[in-house]
Amino acid sequence: MIILGAKIALYLLIASFFLIMVRLIKGPTLPDRVISLDLLAFVALGIVLLNMIITGELEYLDIVIVISLVIFIATVAIAKYLTKGKDHD
Amino acid sequence: MTDWIAFIALITGALFVLVSAIGLLRLPDLFMRMHATTKTTSLGITLILIGVLITFPTWSVLLKGLLIIAFIFLTSPLGAHMISKAGYLLGIKKWDRYVRDDLNRDHHLSKE
Repeated sequence: MIILGAKIALYLLIASFFLIMVRLIKGPTLPDRVISLDLLAFVALGIVLLNMIITGELEYLDIVIVISLVIFIATVAIAKYLTKGKDHD
Repeated sequence: MTDWIAFIALITGALFVLVSAIGLLRLPDLFMRMHATTKTTSLGITLILIGVLITFPTWSVLLKGLLIIAFIFLTSPLGAHMISKAGYLLGIKKWDRYVRDDLNRDHHLSKE
């Protein structure tokens, strides 16, 4: 039952992956592409979680911790790079 | 019973992520796209994590899962705030039907 739900959710996440790829290629400005990459990383995180349910391996949760750290660091670094230090918050 | 709760949590979380992807594709502006992506995605990933926590009821999985949920809820609004302010300072093209712009009124930050 849970494995069936995980497979259906996996198909939904793959569909959203392709929709995000359209915006990533089409996106008119650089911040659009940045938020597309952010959302892609979240979709990859969800795919790893669903893969953990399907295979039953508990070690995938550590990968999820690492991905959720890297997303934040990458977003903040790109935001600082885009403003080139003009934003003093 | 717990199988059904995990099933519903997984499907609902994946639907939330799909809705945020559709919003990212369809909305006309950077700020609206960001409104679609950040909140919806943190809720969807949290629901998928709740499904995982129900499926594997051990203490280590519970601890790591709660850690991930707390971290996502702390950092996702921060990153969204920084990216939106960077886009605003870059002077990207806004939607032409906005009524008011309080940030520009208060700080005169926009380039246009």
